Parts: sequence; C-alpha cells; structure tokens
Amino acid sequence: MSSVDATGLAHHFEDLEQQHESATLGMWAFLITEIMFFGGLFGAYVVYRTMYPEAWENGSKELDVFLGALNTTVLIGSSLTMALAVRSAQHGKNRQVIGFTFLTMVLGFVFLGVKIVEYHAKWEHHLIPGPHFMFEGHLGGHEELFFALYFVMTGTHAFHMIIGAGLMIWVILKAARNEYTPQHHSHVEMIGLYWHFVDIVWIFLFPLLYLLGRHGHASIGH
Amino acid sequence: MSGNQPHIAPIKLYLGVFATLIAGTWLTYWVALQDFGWLNTPLALLIAVVKATVVVLYFMHVRWQSKMTMVFAAAGFVWLLILFAFTLQDYFTRSWLPIYG
Amino acid sequence: MSSTVAPHAAAPRPDLPATDGHAVEPRENYLNVDYGWKSWLLSTDHKRIAVMYLITIMFMILVGGSFAILLRLELATPAGDLLQSETYNKIFTMHGVVMVFFFLIPGIPAVLGNFLVPIMIGAKDLAFPKINLLSYYIFLAGITLTLIAVAMGGVDTGWTFYTPYSSTYANSQVALAAIAVFVTGFSSILTGLNFIVTVHKMRAPGMTWFRLPLFIWAQYATSLIIMLGTPVIAITVALVGLERLFHIGIFDPTYGGDPVLFQHMFWFYSHPAVYIMILPAMGVMSELVTAFSKKRVFGYHIMAFSTLAIAVIGFFVWGHHLFVSGQSTYAGVMFSVITMLVAVPSAIKVFNWVSTMYRGDVWLTTPMCFAIAFLGLFTVGGLTGIFLGAMGFDIHVHDTYFVVAHFHYVMVGGMVTAFFGGIHFWWPKMFGRMYPENMGRISAAIIFIGFNLTFFPQFILGYMGMPRRYHFYPEEWQVLNVLSTAGATLLGTGYLLPMIYLPWSLKFGKVASKNPWGAKGLEWQIDSPPTTFNFDKVPIVTEEAYAYPEGSRHQREAEVV
Ligand SMILES: [Cu+2]
Repeated sequence: MSSVDATGLAHHFEDLEQQHESATLGMWAFLITEIMFFGGLFGAYVVYRTMYPEAWENGSKELDVFLGALNTTVLIGSSLTMALAVRSAQHGKNRQVIGFTFLTMVLGFVFLGVKIVEYHAKWEHHLIPGPHFMFEGHLGGHEELFFALYFVMTGTHAFHMIIGAGLMIWVILKAARNEYTPQHHSHVEMIGLYWHFVDIVWIFLFPLLYLLGRHGHASIGH
Repeated sequence: MSGNQPHIAPIKLYLGVFATLIAGTWLTYWVALQDFGWLNTPLALLIAVVKATVVVLYFMHVRWQSKMTMVFAAAGFVWLLILFAFTLQDYFTRSWLPIYG
Repeated sequence: MSSTVAPHAAAPRPDLPATDGHAVEPRENYLNVDYGWKSWLLSTDHKRIAVMYLITIMFMILVGGSFAILLRLELATPAGDLLQSETYNKIFTMHGVVMVFFFLIPGIPAVLGNFLVPIMIGAKDLAFPKINLLSYYIFLAGITLTLIAVAMGGVDTGWTFYTPYSSTYANSQVALAAIAVFVTGFSSILTGLNFIVTVHKMRAPGMTWFRLPLFIWAQYATSLIIMLGTPVIAITVALVGLERLFHIGIFDPTYGGDPVLFQHMFWFYSHPAVYIMILPAMGVMSELVTAFSKKRVFGYHIMAFSTLAIAVIGFFVWGHHLFVSGQSTYAGVMFSVITMLVAVPSAIKVFNWVSTMYRGDVWLTTPMCFAIAFLGLFTVGGLTGIFLGAMGFDIHVHDTYFVVAHFHYVMVGGMVTAFFGGIHFWWPKMFGRMYPENMGRISAAIIFIGFNLTFFPQFILGYMGMPRRYHFYPEEWQVLNVLSTAGATLLGTGYLLPMIYLPWSLKFGKVASKNPWGAKGLEWQIDSPPTTFNFDKVPIVTEEAYAYPEGSRHQREAEVV
C-alpha cells in the first residue's frame, strides 16, 4: 500500500519537495516533544536548585570538570562530523557519508566510554543515590537529590545517544547501498537533526551540572 | 528537488561553527571560575543559549528553511519557559501569604 | 503553504461501474479491496487503521464501563458490602486509567481523526502512513501492559498517580501502570505529529487555512497540545517509576523532594489533556450542527481562533488542581483568574453553535440529537468548571462528588456524546451502510436521560460533602446514590444499544449513498465507503467550508427514515 517509486517518492505525496518538507516538519515536531521531555527534568532541576543551592554546589564540585569538558568537545566534534555526513549526502557522495557517519558513531562511543568512567568513579565514592549513598561534609543538605537528578539527566541523555548510534548503523547500511542522492536524502538529514539535538541537550547539561560553585576554589575536579 | 535545490553550506562554515562551539565551551569554563555573584548562572545560560542557537541555525539548517520550521523550533523552547515560569511562581511565592485549605 | 502542484489523476478505472447517482454494486473500496488478517494488521491505509482503532477502543469502553458499573453497584448501599476498600480503590483507579488514556484521549483523534483528516483536506493519506500504523501498535502495547497490570492485582493510586503515595507507599502495580501510560503517550504523540504535518503539507490545491472544516482546526489544535504536553507526563511517570524501583527521592520529602512538584508536572499535561479530549468533540459538534441546520457556521473565524485560544490558554491554568495541595496562595489566585479566561472561548463556541441552529433547517437525525445533548451537558459541565476554578468555592468542594460530577459532564456528557454523534454521522461514509435511525434516536434519548440521572445527584452529594473515592457513606445520602446507580444502569443500556445495532447495520442496514445527509465537505463528495486513495483525482477546492446556500432546505433522502 505505502508504495515508493524509483526516485523514492511515496504514493501519497505529489512530489519529492512536498515529501522532504513533510519529513523536516515532522522531525521538528518530534524534537519539540523531545525538548518537553527533557524539559520536565530541567524543571525539576530548577526547582530543587532554587530550594537547595548549597547542596547543588557541593554536589557539582564532586563531578570531574575535565572529563565533562572533554566530553563536551567530543560531542561537538561528533556534531561536526554529522553535519559533514549530511553535506556529503546532499552531494550524493555515499562513500563520504559512510566515513563521516562512522566517525560520528566512534565519537559517540568515546563519549559513552568517558561517561562510564565517570559513573564508575561515582560508584566508588558512594555517590549513587540509594542505601549506600554517603556524602562527606554537609549532612541533610540534599546532595543526594542532586546526584539523583545528575544520574537521571545524564542517563536519559546517554540513552538518546545509544539510540543515535543505532540510527548511525542504519545510515551506514543505506549509504552502502548508494541510496542517498542529491534529490533524496531526507533520511540522513533527519537523523542528523536528532543527533544535533542530543548535542544541544549536553550544551545545557555541562554548565548546569559540572560548573556550579567553582569560583574561588583553586582545585579543579577533586 | 524539483527546481528547488537544498542549500548546501560550505565546509568552512561548518568548521567555523565548530570553532565557535569549542570557544564557547572554554568561555563557559572560564566564566565559572570567576566570581560574578548572582550573574554566574545567567552568564553560563547565555553562553549555552548562544551555542544552541548556532547549532540550530547552521548544523540543523534552520537558517535556510521556511519560517514555519523556525516557528516550530522556537515553540518548544517557549513552552518550556511556560512550564518553568508557572511552576516557579508557586515556589517563589510560598512565603508571601499563609496557605489556606 | 499549500502544494500548488497541478492535479494529477490517479489511474482511471474503466472496469468499474460509474458511481453517479446510486451505488448499484459496491465498487472497489478500502474495505473490499483486500481480505485477510494481514491486509488489515499491516495496512498503512489511514481508514483501515481508523477501523482497527475503533474496534480496540470499543473494547476498552466495555472494560472501563464494567468497572464503572461495579463502582455504582457498590455505592447503591451505604455500607461497604460488595467490594473491599482495597478492591474499590483499584476499581476506580482502573476505571479512570482505562477511560482517560485508552478512550477519552485517543477516541476522536485516533478513530474519526484518522479516518477524516486526510479526506477532509483532500489528501490520499496521512503524511506518515507507517508511523500511523506504528502508533496503533504502540497503543496496543500500552493496552496490553495495562491489562497485565490489572491481572497482576491492579493499581490503587487513582488515575492521577499522586506522590508520595504512588512512589513510596502503594503496594500495587504502580510501576507497570506507569510504564503503560508512558508507552501509550508515544502512541498519541505519533498521531499528533502525523496530523500536524498532514494539515500543514498535504492540503489539496485551494484548501486554504480558512477553508478548513472546523473539525480539522480542532484536530490540529489538539495535536499541538499532544506534542507539547504529553512528553512532560511521560517523563513524570518515568520519574515515579524510577522512584519506585530505585528510591532516588525526587518526589520523596525524606530526601528533600517535593510531592507538589509531581502535581505541577502531572497537571501541566493533564489539564491540557482535558482539551485533548474536548477539542476534537467540539470539532465534531461544528460539523454536526452545520450539516443538520443546513447553514454556514456562525462566525467561522472566531470558531477557528477560539479553538487555538483554548489550546494555548489551557496550558496556563493547571494550578487550579493544586488549590489545596500546598501551592502558594498567590499562585492559586493567578491560576484561578486564568481559569476564568479559558471559559471565554468555550462559551463563544456554545453561543456560535446555538446561533448556527437559530433559523436553520434543523433536522433531528440521531447525530443531531447527540449534538443537542452535547450542548446541554457540556454547558452544565463547563459552568460548574467555573465554580471549581473559583478558588474559594473549590476549597469547599474539592475532592467531593461535585468534582466527579463536573468532569463527567464535560468528559462523558461532552466528549462521549460527541463521539457517538460523530460515529453515527460518518457511519455511512465509513462502512457504506445506514444505521437504523429510530434506534439511534432512542439510544440518544436514553443516554441523555440516563446521564443526567447518574450525575446530577452527584452535584448535590458533593455539595453536601460526600467525598470521592470512598466505598461507603452515611445513610442519609442513600437516596441520591440509588438514583445515581439507577441512572448508570440506564446510561449503560444507552451505550450498549449502538454497540449492538451498529455492527448489525453492517450487514442489514440500507446501502448508503455518497451523501445521505446532503452535507458539504470533501468527504461527502467521494464514495461511501471511500476507495483506498480516497480521491480519483486531486480535488481542487473553490469554496469555504459549510457553503450551504442561504435558505436551502434539506433534500431528505428516502433512505433516512
Ligand atoms: Cu484542569
């Protein structure tokens, strides 16, 4: 029923332009839902940070700024390679699409690897919320709440990256079959939009989680 | 695309965007180390918003797309502000008046 | 915006008989084009998906309805004799969860919207047919999870899942139910996304924004609410689930969490969700009232804008559910005032429907009977909503049967009545058969009487102070409760009737023509039932919606008694 012709035009569209515009608008509509999805978490963050500013600074200082900044750089780099992959698809150069997409995926895995290192350190310092949580210094300062939000927010973000990596494989498979042409490449473009969105979420997460209460302290990290 | 070729941005532009974003990251870090008082967080957010805008406009091609796409992109953020503002108006005003009921 | 492409004709079908005038032999349509399970279960045709949704949702009405009957039976006597307290809690929770998430919210968009949105704007299908099918299966997954939760003992938190009870104390299947709601949310997000893109990009040449039927405006506004609101409840119930599984403390006061934050996030979606339920019903109303008054709708533009206004203002009022939750008094006053504002566009709509009927050639078919019932019931529901939006009065009646009666008047009296009206109205289009007209009128009358008998006594009970969600009560309230239970029995009968005669009509009903009502709108220009691609060639729209000639009378066709 949902038949597609040789140029990639589905039966219910009049032309490729209409099809492409629909895909773009649909993807943006989906990204709106993603904004609101993360928005709920950011909302909780804002409320509790106004309630417990000190706990937020104390918690934030436990995070490793160097690794956070490193990951920011890695993710921005992956956004660049993703943009270049889309650009290659616009030219119909499928080999280049494979290369850039693969690079994007590798950078994504680097990010996730660093994240695992960070999570592991939190485990060792008993900073995972739950029965084993221990925070030296302030008692009852609600640092646990900070770490709960830290894990939920970065965890949700990481989950989106894993899905993104899966989508990269799809792009590579399509490019390997030379499916992208200058006329028809909505697929990789939409996945690009998704990936850049994930990048934007991190652009906000980095300063809001890692960089609180850093001024006036000589030591960075720990 | 039937006489309407997509806008293909030059690689230089993408590299420029990348450089801007990296610079923004360093700037955020530097700002965090300074003591601007209550301005620290607004400044950090300002930089983040600028970085996000650059990503949306260039990496995500919104700069070259229809007004409708821009409206959609903006709508998500506006609605986020509604959620924040109307939730926070409760938290900020709880001490103003006694709560009945 | 609209695609200005030259109309290109679909393949002509010389092999099929001409369909001008009466349909002799049904020509190939979306129902008989293909048979077998696969051709349905894997179909990306928006009409077949709509029919699958219809069947599924009817099943859910029966499930949710039987829970309701159990509740009313228990409340027939003051003592808690039929059900245990815990069982009662679970039954009212499951009644709410099933009805809200699996009937009221998807009801009109997923069934009538799916079927009609492409046809009304002159498109062959929704923009993303595969995503449409996916949304149906996600919906099924949500139902399955819910039913598993019921089988494993159910949930007892109320459909609102309030923390910290739901996150810390409840000993029922909260996590599973939360996952079910989370999953179902994606189904409605995908439907909303599809509608938005379809309305923007798939309109036929000449179908400008202000020629769109008001049903489309309603679906569009609803989709906007779905896109902007649903993700927030998704993350909220996800947090409740995480809280239950890992005790992370986000809504738990012992960790510094604030249970009221849950209520903010929950109602940020769930108040607008009320408009997800009622806006499509209002869209149906505009179609019914114009078609059976044979008149242009009174104030088309203001109707369209009031639809959008309801969708937007609806996002600023959620705090009226938190008047007694420890929200600040200042915030309460703010939310109370804005709640008054949202009544304005709703009232405009009611006035405009009445003005449309005024001096119209009103034809009391079954759909029109339902439409008139809607006017009465929705007005009562809406006005009592203003009572409740007023903070002072709400503190008096909060969590009483007054609230229960109010939202049933809006949801059941409004949405369900319009849903049945719409199903009857478009039944000939969907299945090519007429339903038995007199049976329809009788069921509409039974529903109207049964409904008022069920829920009006609850206003009085609530005002006298009977709290909701208890399964026993002092003896002096028995008379009103018995009235309510008797009404519920009548109401149940009224709803069962169409569920019997509508399927019956599929085989025994009279064959319907293209346009049995003499109504305007693209859907009435194509075959009943439509062909797979709806239009033989892309229609070119040259007139406004509801362009009924001034002073025309109905050509009442013989097929309608
Ligand atoms: Cu409300």
